[in-house]
Amino acid sequence: MRSGFDPRNSLAIAALAILGLVPIYSALSGDNFTLELFTRIVIMALAAVSLNFIMGYGGMVSFGHAAYLGLGGYAVGILAKEGIATGFVQWPVAIGVSCLFALVVGALSLRTRGVYFIMITLAFAQMIYYVAIGLDRYGGDDGLTIYKRSNFGSLIDLNNKTLFYCLCLALLIASIYFVARVANSRFGLVIQGARSNERRMRAIGFSTFRYKLVAFVIAGALCGLAGVLLANHTNFISPAMMYWTRSGDLMVMVVLGGLGSTFGPVIGAIAYLLLEEVLSRLTEYPGLILGPILLLVAIYLHGGISSLVTGKRND
Amino acid sequence: MIEPLLQTHGLRKRFGGVIAADAISLDVPAGEFHAIIGPNGAGKTTLIGLLAGEIPPDDGTIHLDGSDITRLAVHRRSALGLARSFQITSLFPEFTALDNVALAVQAHAGHSFRFWAKARTDETLRQPALAALARVGLDARRHMRVDRLSHGEHRQLEIAIALATRPRLLLLDEPMAGLGPEEAAGMVVLLHSLKRELTLILVEHDMEAVFALADRITVLVYGRVIASGPPATIRADPTVREAYLGEQQSAANA
Amino acid sequence: MLYVIEQVLNGVQLGMLLFLLAAGLTLIFGIMDLVNLAHGSLYMLGAYFAATFAEATGSFVLGAVLALAAVFVSGTILEVIAIRPLYGRSHLDHVLGTFGLLLFFNELVRFVWGPAGMTLSLPSEMLTAVQVLPGVYYPFYRLVIILATLAVAALLYALVMRTRLGMLIRAGASNREMVGALGVNIKLLYTLVFGLGAALAGFAGLMQAPILTVQIGMGENILILAFVVIIIGGIGSIRGAFVAAIIVGLIDTLGRAFLPDLLKAALSTNAALTLAPALSSMSIYMLMAGILVFRPEGLFPAAGR
Repeated sequence: MRSGFDPRNSLAIAALAILGLVPIYSALSGDNFTLELFTRIVIMALAAVSLNFIMGYGGMVSFGHAAYLGLGGYAVGILAKEGIATGFVQWPVAIGVSCLFALVVGALSLRTRGVYFIMITLAFAQMIYYVAIGLDRYGGDDGLTIYKRSNFGSLIDLNNKTLFYCLCLALLIASIYFVARVANSRFGLVIQGARSNERRMRAIGFSTFRYKLVAFVIAGALCGLAGVLLANHTNFISPAMMYWTRSGDLMVMVVLGGLGSTFGPVIGAIAYLLLEEVLSRLTEYPGLILGPILLLVAIYLHGGISSLVTGKRND
Repeated sequence: MIEPLLQTHGLRKRFGGVIAADAISLDVPAGEFHAIIGPNGAGKTTLIGLLAGEIPPDDGTIHLDGSDITRLAVHRRSALGLARSFQITSLFPEFTALDNVALAVQAHAGHSFRFWAKARTDETLRQPALAALARVGLDARRHMRVDRLSHGEHRQLEIAIALATRPRLLLLDEPMAGLGPEEAAGMVVLLHSLKRELTLILVEHDMEAVFALADRITVLVYGRVIASGPPATIRADPTVREAYLGEQQSAANA
Repeated sequence: MLYVIEQVLNGVQLGMLLFLLAAGLTLIFGIMDLVNLAHGSLYMLGAYFAATFAEATGSFVLGAVLALAAVFVSGTILEVIAIRPLYGRSHLDHVLGTFGLLLFFNELVRFVWGPAGMTLSLPSEMLTAVQVLPGVYYPFYRLVIILATLAVAALLYALVMRTRLGMLIRAGASNREMVGALGVNIKLLYTLVFGLGAALAGFAGLMQAPILTVQIGMGENILILAFVVIIIGGIGSIRGAFVAAIIVGLIDTLGRAFLPDLLKAALSTNAALTLAPALSSMSIYMLMAGILVFRPEGLFPAAGR
């Protein structure tokens, strides 16, 4: 079980190098598009890291993870619309709301397992999607523009795209480190043990439910943070942020990168989003190629892309 | 008169039309090595499941050291000092042997809501785990991934994991199944060394082992206790011979 | 009062569509242990094929029959090419793979039929209303949907309970390995079951085409509802799917019809007015949450797994 930093992982080094070079390249060349693209990649990578925590390490296949992107984003958007523009209020509220939703959904969903769990998390996310559509005051189906990004006063100006990118990247790296540490802590071992053999865990005396619930909440909070960043990045929130195919995208990124590996979600996010981008340039119908690629990955690449490099399986 | 460590009274369980446990009443004093035998389908594994808490009884009670644990969840029974080994080994395959046992130690070392310190270098977890591994003879294989260990080593590991939880009562569900003669002999030696340290309830088919180890034997047939007593009594009991040992004899003679 | 009856019938009709989808899903999951996100794509294909063939032949009924056949064939081809490699894999692999298929089909439909969707008009003979109760009229075609689905449900019951194929299906649902060991041609069985599920989904798609929609992505929304139905009804149980589908159809329809007004009357603040339409769409999820709390295996859990 890959459980710590593996700096020998050449893919990880390459990924981090690319991400680090982007702002420099963009500043030098004036190419803003790449900066924007990679900002989105970094934010989604953060969301993927949070999903990998419960899915890769914990075996909890949450098919409703995009809900937290939406919750984080809507917290920012709703507060902005109601006149509260300061990030010092918006961001904690966003994370708090995400924690609360994760607590409720987790408490209900974790009573089930396997495919039931997958469907139920999916259904709850879809529920919050429909709630968002019903919120006419905040744009309903059309969404809501956020005119000003979260205000942090003299601390940092989020409207500066390069600074914003660096903040996102810093948060991504911090969360990778955080997840890696937690995965190897006592708590993390309980989560991994519950994935490996829950029956055994109970037999030796662990009440696995409470630990899984806490992990679920942590993942929700982290993804809520990604939602906050996403809303700031696009200056826009809409129910589409939490549509179930978004949750599917996140799952693909995690699996593509290799379940339960430290840098897997980052590699997966880069690979998937770049692939999407490239394909939509090549053809008017990217899904015709992307779809089968995903199917082939599911059939042949048990260990995600990482296994191509390391030759290891990730079951 | 000291209360028995484990006491069941009238335990019943049906699965559809099958009566797996039929008014089972047992008394096991502390320190006893108690074996449960019976033909296949007699309900032995169901009994373990009832005692361990995985199967809720339809009727009857279970008391551990005087406390009623009949409705208690599995993990809570472990906290009260009950441990078990599984008939089909149930381990953490992608972890090392040491990791497997250390997790069991961790389960009884306070809560695990510790998010930062590396658990694998925590000596308070590793030392007891190493001790348990050494006890069963596996310390040379401690860094081996469990899915690369042999079946016999899996069985040893099952015992190590159970011991690491510092139990008062150890339920053993066919720990010799699938072991060759040498490994089986080793297991008997190990189990013998545990006598008096713990109370043990052993479900087994290996009659040599049972008669070598047990202080008392209970015989189950179709979920019902048909005899219970010291090995010599059981050996001589005609109903037992007919129901069970007789089968074994004719199988041995065939 | 008329409005209530109409909404109740609409709820039953939605329930019928959900049943068709859920039955296929639960069969495929029960027998092959496969989570199929592309099930909604077959529903979508049913609608598109129906619209296309009806236009080509000038007959709604002929178009429907051809569409049904086309979806069945598409389903079996899909099973052989893309689904077979997924059997025995983790559910996550299923989700990943069939998610890819879903994206593929949405794009394929856009490629073949364009982004705008299609319309399918009912022949004028079907545009009448029928008197279901004294003074209460209900659209004829919607009744056709209800009755046709009931007929399909009866056929399905007969198939599963009284034929050899059905016996194999039931056996496979409770013990997959045994059925294989008995020498039954498992591959063929799986293909037939998948084809059956596809046909059911396609049938639902083509039936709703004249009154609801024929557009890209139409499968996704109803698919989630179908999953909720299966959770409530119990995975692997067709009977459970039937009961749960009607319940879900009724609650969703009646909820959307009556809850906003009820909520607005009960809570008269602005916040309530904002939330009312949103809350009414939550009603089935509340039901699902409730089931999870008290009976996580669903109402009719299939025995043996």
